[in-house]
Amino acid sequence: MNILSLFVAIPALMIALLFLCKEMKQIRAVMVTGASALMFLATTLVVLFLQERAAGNAAEMLFVSSTIWYAPLHITYAVGVDGISVLMLCLSAIIVFTGVFSSWNMNMAKEYFLWYCLLSIGVFGFFISIDLFTMFLFYEVALIPMYLLIGLWGTGRKEYSAMKLTLMLMGGSAFLLIGIVGIYYTSGHSTMNLLEIANTLHIPIEHQRWIFPATFLGFGVLGALFPFHTWSPDGHASAPTAVSMLHAGVLMKLGGYGCFRVAIYLMPEAAHELGWIFLILTGISVFYGAFSAVVQTDLKYINAYSSVSHCGLVLFAILMMNQTAMTGAIMQMLSHGLMTALFFALIGLIYGRTHTRDIREMGGLMKIMPFASVCYVIAGLASLGLPGLSGFVAEMTIFVGSFQHADLFHRVFTILACSSIVITAVYILRTIGKILYGPVQDAHHLHLTDAAWYEKVSAVGLIIAIVAIGMYPFGISDVIRESLLPVIEKLI
Amino acid sequence: MEYSLLIIVAPFVLFLVLGLLGMKMKPSVAGIIGTLGMALCAVLAYTVAFQYFFQTGRVGETWAAVVPFNFEWLRFTDNLHIDLGILLDPISVMMLVVITTVSLMVHIYSLSYMKGETGFQRYYALLSLFSFSMLGLVIATNIFQMYIFWELVGVSSYSLIGFYYTKPSAVSASKKAFIVTRFADLGFLVGILILSYYTKTFDFGLLTADHAQLVTTSFAGGTFLGLSIATWALALIFMGGAGKSAMFPLHIWLPDAMEGPTPVSALIHAATMVVAGVFLVARLFPVYFFAAPEVLEMIAYIGAFTALFAALIAITQTDIKRVLAFSTISQIAYMMVALGVSEYGGHDGLGYMASMFHLFTHAFFKALLFLGAGSVIHAVHSNEMDQMGNLRKYMPITHITFAIACLAIAGIPPFSGFFSKDEILAAAFHHHPVIFWTLWIVAGLTAFYMFRLFYRIFWNTAPKSPKGDLATAQSADFKSPLHGAEHHTPHESPLAMTLPLIVLAIFSVFSGLIPFADFISSDFAPFHTHIDWLVAGLSIGVALVGIGIATVLYAKSSDKPAELARQMGGLYKAALHKFYLDEVWMWFTQTVIFRYICEPIKWFDRHIIDGSMNGLAWITQKTSSSIKGLQSGQVQFYAWVFIFGSLLIAALVLFL
Repeated sequence: MNILSLFVAIPALMIALLFLCKEMKQIRAVMVTGASALMFLATTLVVLFLQERAAGNAAEMLFVSSTIWYAPLHITYAVGVDGISVLMLCLSAIIVFTGVFSSWNMNMAKEYFLWYCLLSIGVFGFFISIDLFTMFLFYEVALIPMYLLIGLWGTGRKEYSAMKLTLMLMGGSAFLLIGIVGIYYTSGHSTMNLLEIANTLHIPIEHQRWIFPATFLGFGVLGALFPFHTWSPDGHASAPTAVSMLHAGVLMKLGGYGCFRVAIYLMPEAAHELGWIFLILTGISVFYGAFSAVVQTDLKYINAYSSVSHCGLVLFAILMMNQTAMTGAIMQMLSHGLMTALFFALIGLIYGRTHTRDIREMGGLMKIMPFASVCYVIAGLASLGLPGLSGFVAEMTIFVGSFQHADLFHRVFTILACSSIVITAVYILRTIGKILYGPVQDAHHLHLTDAAWYEKVSAVGLIIAIVAIGMYPFGISDVIRESLLPVIEKLI
Repeated sequence: MEYSLLIIVAPFVLFLVLGLLGMKMKPSVAGIIGTLGMALCAVLAYTVAFQYFFQTGRVGETWAAVVPFNFEWLRFTDNLHIDLGILLDPISVMMLVVITTVSLMVHIYSLSYMKGETGFQRYYALLSLFSFSMLGLVIATNIFQMYIFWELVGVSSYSLIGFYYTKPSAVSASKKAFIVTRFADLGFLVGILILSYYTKTFDFGLLTADHAQLVTTSFAGGTFLGLSIATWALALIFMGGAGKSAMFPLHIWLPDAMEGPTPVSALIHAATMVVAGVFLVARLFPVYFFAAPEVLEMIAYIGAFTALFAALIAITQTDIKRVLAFSTISQIAYMMVALGVSEYGGHDGLGYMASMFHLFTHAFFKALLFLGAGSVIHAVHSNEMDQMGNLRKYMPITHITFAIACLAIAGIPPFSGFFSKDEILAAAFHHHPVIFWTLWIVAGLTAFYMFRLFYRIFWNTAPKSPKGDLATAQSADFKSPLHGAEHHTPHESPLAMTLPLIVLAIFSVFSGLIPFADFISSDFAPFHTHIDWLVAGLSIGVALVGIGIATVLYAKSSDKPAELARQMGGLYKAALHKFYLDEVWMWFTQTVIFRYICEPIKWFDRHIIDGSMNGLAWITQKTSSSIKGLQSGQVQFYAWVFIFGSLLIAALVLFL
């Protein structure tokens, strides 16, 4: 069996084992073992990948294998990874792993984790696929469990949010399906394989003009592109902790990854021609998200809007279409994935104790739960781009890269996007100042306990990853740059 | 000189050790580890300085720039990459000495001053982080490395200013400091982007080489709003410097930053963070001079205005730390002016040398003033002048050292401030009379407000009922109850606090005698200076007048100051309220940003964007519920529709 298929097989096996479980202990054992296995697998993959590359294997994708699934439409189960997918798989593995620890005490744990594993299958499957249809299939697999996870285990207006999220994302995937079918037929209906389409076939420009917007929009909805971002605040606010983590941390990355892997890679001409429309939308996302976050009072809403802003920056950088900016975009995906997951893990922790997410009702938590608070400060600093943490390297790569664009309009636009760093500082410090510092607001909070060991595992794991990227960006950036070359060559 | 790497690795390791394991240690152990670590840094810095200035640094007639260590940290494009490295040249070596000395004094001082505070270990961890960031900033080999450490300085100062995090005023002060400097940093970042776009490098060496030829030639004559792109880029970079160095109108964060513990104020406001902006301009000085002389001119005028503006406010303040804060703004502005009026090469570069000289001497006497103020606050538990008076009997060492610092800052020979200030005035004198006379007035004002402060603390008369007043005096810093509640007569601080005062006092007296022009000059070639006795006479004269007026008004308690304030009326009130700039900024952030930008966006998002999505769902729902009746399952209805439909089609076919 191909090593990549294990990423799908392990969660599937976990589902099977979960059916046999009876007690909470067994469920936890299965989940922890499975998630650790995924982490181990991701690490192994990194090592193998680097070994192959070091041995001089310069193929665009490694570990490629393909099995015919439905011959008449040339649908195959085709997998393969380049450096970027490897990093995305690592990100997913980390977040699935930490998510398990963040949902340690779930009610109806068995059912919850069943859906959780199914969601993981979708996420991992998406990143390993190089067949358009398989990719779409896994994409849908990742969306559906979300509805149940939010609708059943959520809080607040959960049915409304779950419905809204699912409908909007489904709407997006309708566009996506049209786009994929369009790609298949206009490229000569001979294959669904992404690499083959990119390297041997060509989509005529008149068709690219409608397929590119359809696919970009389809993935863009998941990447919280303005004005299709409103599912995100409501969805995140209602979702249980680990689901928010997985959703903001990984699922939103599916959008950015898809935009670049499918929309830009396969249709570079249209990307050059029509990219500016989406560039304006992403520019609005960056600002709009940041300004909205400034006046929110619910912790999860603040974070959701901050995600809109940060993910807007991902799409913004992808649309700059040069190597540095796109490297920055991928790094921003990793960085944003990790720090939002950390944020949501901590918000879940705080909410589980204070039973409120309203920042006006909290204060002085630093005294009461120092561990969680320090972690929250670190997450905040990562988010506002402190050097040494992941946010800085990602944002700076984006800004420097975007500013190398030959066109003046793009450069001016980059300067505007830069100013988001100030607004980010405003809402992050406002939140930290309100909830962590100052006097204790509510006497009931005085007796709250600090993070339990499983919550610490989750937070520390994410912080290690954030610091690793922040301190060691050159290794990661090199892997991404090298993997981007095929895309860049097509764009020039 | 590879071992210079240790100077910045050591504080970082200390930060990690104290930050991660500090809570497991006894506070005193953590403090001693931190102090010893900093002492090691100081020893290394002095060794580097000795080796550089007296053994290896001089190549022929000029000072060389040595890069003992450099590695590529993050590659953006083939030309642009962030390197992390160490650049040793006269100004960075000088800064290493200044920073480690002051930082070490603050470390020692804090052992006693912060004793018994909760979070003592955290305090030392943050001090190490702060020293690390500042050291990294001055040895940066390229502008992006500087930006990295620049941001780290911002964050570490944020945590130190907000050290008493349960106190709302400290929290908002730290937030303000961070956001204001962040706003300025945005200019810095954009400036870097523009500069690097044209020059294709971040490296200081390449940027400044050969009279900044790279910069002057690579900007292809583009203009924007009548100014060349190069001017814009350098003006934006200066904006970053203006934020950290508290130039008008970005100075508003600095007075509030006094919410931090007093030793922190000494560290941040004397030797480190606030001089970062001056250092930045000095580092890029050839670029400014050759590529954008307009910006230098602007810096000179902004500096002169800030110096005067801050000095006027300093006269009216009654919180001793705030007086010192405004005095810092004013003195930093002095350094900026010196850079602004300077020219390049030899004796023409007097301003550049003077600026660095003043930075050097100011670091010591300002640190001394803050630590002295801390010693006073420690004794009387208040920041307010009204709670003090006649302390010279109780605190002789603090009194003497404070007097030395006041004489130094006032520019009385032979104290250090005289020499550096004189060079600045001489440089300004040759540049433009308006700037010179402004600085001259500021020199007088400085002498006046410093001695006002001095007399009101140590002379004058003690508050009327010392017992009651001192006991109920608001605790200046957020002290544990142990310190604030019980009353006792003011007494001299312990040795750990007076020792740094004495050391700094020695520096304040003698550091002016160093022949600075031999070491530091705009073109790295030593030159000769002489004291311009006309300028010196004018400045000593105005300083003596300032001291004289202060003596008359404040040496003994009297009604004269109040009377004078009444006569000044509006001006006094405006200065007391810091010319209402805080209110203007408050209005801008609260009203403009929050009410007119953020709230409408929030509304728009909820009602228009989300509303249209919900509307779409609503329309779908309504449409389907209104046509669901068609699928009723009644065969009669289906039959009726079928027959009627057929007839209709038949009719259409027949008649059309």
